[in-house]
Amino acid sequence: MVEWTDFERATIKDIFSKMEYDVVGPATLTRCLVVYPWTQRYFGKFGNLYNSEAISANANVSKHGTTILHGLDRAVKNMDDIRNTYAELSVLHSEKLHVDPDNFRLLADCLTIVVAGRFGSAFTAEVQAAFQKFLVVVVSSLGRQYH
Amino acid sequence: MSLSDKDKAAVKLLWSKISKSSDAIGNDALSRMIVVYPQTKTYFAHWPDLSPGSPHVKAHGKTVMGGIALAVSKIDDLRAGLLDLSEQHAYKLRVDPANFKILSHCILVVISMMFPKEFTPEAHVSLDKFLSGVSLALSERYR
Repeated sequence: MVEWTDFERATIKDIFSKMEYDVVGPATLTRCLVVYPWTQRYFGKFGNLYNSEAISANANVSKHGTTILHGLDRAVKNMDDIRNTYAELSVLHSEKLHVDPDNFRLLADCLTIVVAGRFGSAFTAEVQAAFQKFLVVVVSSLGRQYH
Repeated sequence: MSLSDKDKAAVKLLWSKISKSSDAIGNDALSRMIVVYPQTKTYFAHWPDLSPGSPHVKAHGKTVMGGIALAVSKIDDLRAGLLDLSEQHAYKLRVDPANFKILSHCILVVISMMFPKEFTPEAHVSLDKFLSGVSLALSERYR
């Protein structure tokens, strides 16, 4: 089981209580699709992903980015059992969506960078460490049911 | 994943906007790396003070960003341009190349914080490619 310090718990709750889901979600998925273009392989039905302007303006990308970010809410509420919280989602991503789990790490890096951009100097090294630790656990849980 | 002309132009443009803050970027990125990835402290056991913003960390952040500045100037041939630095990292410093990725990520986080307007997705992808190229060039002489 993952051990969380009081600081880490408070930091995660704080970040998500201040999260602008409709801004950060779309920005994160957009950045992932632009910075790591091979991730576009999963979004063939999303329409025009031809260049970064098209991706930024794509309504399907925006909507899905917000959906993904809200997907983290359950982990925030269940920090002591993220592994089981995401067991079903892990199976879904493996068996139905066939997503290479390395993509979770890429998306997590983009989320860190977008959140850093929104929070500015409030995103201290200690806050970054807590946030990245949380994301590492999420990423690991999402990859856990792959076989 | 080599740098296109568009990438090189994007990196040079971004660098022109951020280079006057390069000391601050280096200090924050290095300080952050030591806190967020504690295993990197193993390379700095000879420093008395590893706390963020300490004199050693500050000075070394400046050194690292000097290397980045050099890389920008040698962007057309990173491998040749960074050969001496690669020799130093391979034979003298012997930094595990996995750490180049870690520090690159911290640099991106800091730039995102300090220059949110300039660090667009397009600038991000070009800078990420550039830092990957720098990391690869630094690994050149390892084996």
